[in-house]
Amino acid sequence: MLSRVANSIYWLSRYTERAENVARFIDVNLQMILDLPSGSTEQWAPLVIITGDDAAFAEHFSGATRENVIRFLTFDTNNPNSIVSCLRAARENARTIREAISPEMWEQINTCYLMVNAAASDPRIMASPYSFFNEVKKASHLFDGITEATMLHDEGWHFYRMGRLLERADKTSRLLDVKYFILLPSVADVGTPLDDIQWAAVLRSASALEMYRKRHGPIIPDQIIEFLVLDREFPRSVHYCLTTANDSLHAISGTPVGMYRNPAEQHLGRLRAEFAYTDTRQIVALGLHEFLDGLQQKLNLVDQSIFDTFFALRPIGGSATFDLGRNQ
Amino acid sequence: MNFTSYDTAEFFDEMLLPDGCARSGARLLKERIESLPNGELLLRQEAAERLLLQSGITFNVYGDSAATEKIFPFDVIPRIVEASEWDWIEKGLKQRVCALNLFINDIYHEQKIVRDNVVPEYLIRSARSFREACVGLNPPQGIWCHITGTDLVRDRDGQIYVLEDNLRCPSGVSYVLENRRVMKRTFPQVFEASRVRPVDEYPSRLLFMLQSLFPAALESPKVAVLSPGMYNSAYFEHAFLAQQMGVDLVEGRDLVVVNGQVMMRTTKGFERVDVLYRRIDDDFLDPQVFRPDSLLGVPGLMDVYKRGRVALANAPGTGIADDKSIYAYVPKIIEYYLGEKIIIPNVPTYICAKAEDRSYVVSHLDELVVKAVNESGGYGMLVGPHCTQNERAEFARRIEDDPRNYIAQPTLGLSRAPVIVESQFAGRHVDLRPYILYGKDIYVLPGGLTRVALKKGSLVVNSSQGGGSKDTWVLLP
Repeated sequence: MLSRVANSIYWLSRYTERAENVARFIDVNLQMILDLPSGSTEQWAPLVIITGDDAAFAEHFSGATRENVIRFLTFDTNNPNSIVSCLRAARENARTIREAISPEMWEQINTCYLMVNAAASDPRIMASPYSFFNEVKKASHLFDGITEATMLHDEGWHFYRMGRLLERADKTSRLLDVKYFILLPSVADVGTPLDDIQWAAVLRSASALEMYRKRHGPIIPDQIIEFLVLDREFPRSVHYCLTTANDSLHAISGTPVGMYRNPAEQHLGRLRAEFAYTDTRQIVALGLHEFLDGLQQKLNLVDQSIFDTFFALRPIGGSATFDLGRNQ
Repeated sequence: MNFTSYDTAEFFDEMLLPDGCARSGARLLKERIESLPNGELLLRQEAAERLLLQSGITFNVYGDSAATEKIFPFDVIPRIVEASEWDWIEKGLKQRVCALNLFINDIYHEQKIVRDNVVPEYLIRSARSFREACVGLNPPQGIWCHITGTDLVRDRDGQIYVLEDNLRCPSGVSYVLENRRVMKRTFPQVFEASRVRPVDEYPSRLLFMLQSLFPAALESPKVAVLSPGMYNSAYFEHAFLAQQMGVDLVEGRDLVVVNGQVMMRTTKGFERVDVLYRRIDDDFLDPQVFRPDSLLGVPGLMDVYKRGRVALANAPGTGIADDKSIYAYVPKIIEYYLGEKIIIPNVPTYICAKAEDRSYVVSHLDELVVKAVNESGGYGMLVGPHCTQNERAEFARRIEDDPRNYIAQPTLGLSRAPVIVESQFAGRHVDLRPYILYGKDIYVLPGGLTRVALKKGSLVVNSSQGGGSKDTWVLLP
């Protein structure tokens, strides 16, 4: 398949997944706020920190108020990682490869973008954002389902799945990080019902609460980390995402799993193996936040090597530079 | 809604007779529309527009940065062409395309038609669309214009004329197919009862024709659509056609010439391409041969083409046959190559390069339509009767400065068809662009794109100038 097309499919899925996860970030915070004891102040700054766009935020907004943060993360067209920007980028990528995806996929991503774009000027969204963010999540799920059911499961689909799951691995780790940054009213609150409520909110935002209960029962932080980072069967856990992305990577190249023939396979294979042989105690000993930070950096390396391996074909002989233009 | 207050005025109306009765092919349609409950037609119109927006069937407007993406306005009342009239149109188009192809081939070889003094030498020599690089080329089976879109109009008296030929990269066929899909979804009952000839086979016909172009006996030649990219106004169509044919959509940057072959850059290395349906103008195809500053094309492409190792549709150089001053000679061209009288007449045309024509044109600008010979899309034209004295004076100056670049024609009273305007029916001028494929044989898609000038009184139907479209129903006999 054309390198350019593969690149666009990969980013189409990453951007869609990213939009969905930004909706999840906001959702987790809205849920936590509902459960805070009355009188506590709402904490919105952490959301901006975990997306990694705090500098851009500070440039355009004064103060991490609820309104400002939701605007920045949802409707701000200057923020390349806002929901509307992600969906716009997803749609632009889809538009350049309309011949390679099913018309149903195009129609869904187009409808989804038009919905969010129209919502930007709708005052009711800010007044009650819950159902809107739920709509965004559902639209992304619908897109994923349509893709699963209408696209040829060929090379292009594997690029789709790889992009989607690498993005999800990164975002699940950041969702966990929300809990690290959201401060409890006091140190004495660690391990109290309030702490539990916040952990439950994290799980709920990853659509994981009930599945977690089936697996582990009561809310215990270490087991939540186990579930969202290391579980082999929960489709939003980091380990699951890495394994499935790795399967797609090998389906694309034909290299048997467990071996590598290019840097992408080397980096992703090594990362996946690390997760297969790690346990929660080691993560906690290192520090959850530090562990997740390291993961995010390694994922960037994987992404870079995928670009080098598949999308950036070197020109023949001559001096002409060939650059597909990187998404991000 | 009904047609009681609809006025056909002094124009030929495609649907109604001057007394308000429907033309015979449109009787059922009129009856069905009038029997719809109040407000229903408007709801259907809105549903159709919503469907178009959701499917992203849009085009880009140049020089409009804020809202570069618009839906091509669509009117739900179809335009009907009766079977017998269509037969005549189809014969006329086949004749015309066949003769124009022979003309192009002759021009790039012996130029017999020039030596026999049928087409003047200076017109060829001075034509900007003449491509020196194409002299002596022999495309497969001698066919140059594989895809043609010919614009037809009807004057007040009901006579149909060819207004212009488009033999480079005619666009619009995707709207024909999409308009039909939308009509079937919004008006299933009317559609079912009307015995309309289908248009759906166009993509398979196109693919079949493209595959037949590859000279070597390949089992299944690799076909791709070559587009300038998503910022081109017809990008939707390029992607649509590639999708409907199930072939790759490529851009210049995806292609490279390696070892005398055109190759695509894929995730697994290079893969050969055999046939390119190119939607890039000649000028931009190959910077080594045409414009050196082009970033859209593929360096070395023409060389591979000359060696017969890749096929291009349309062949480069076809623009010589749709130069608007050559157009004036098409009746003679048909007679010269085929020994036949032209079937669908031309509109009388004044060639400003001729002194006597020029002086007539300049002194009659208030009655004429003036067009630049190489422009399309409604750009570079003057509709004399609708212009101010100053605009006419300006055009007169341009004509005197560069007479070869202009032709003029009498202003026709283009036929009209009813469209929905603010919950009423109103007559608007229309044209028709049928699409013709030329491969092993000549195929004419039944119908084509009916374009509507949505501005009241306007004669310019181009989408870039506020035009819309309608579904075109060619009835079964």
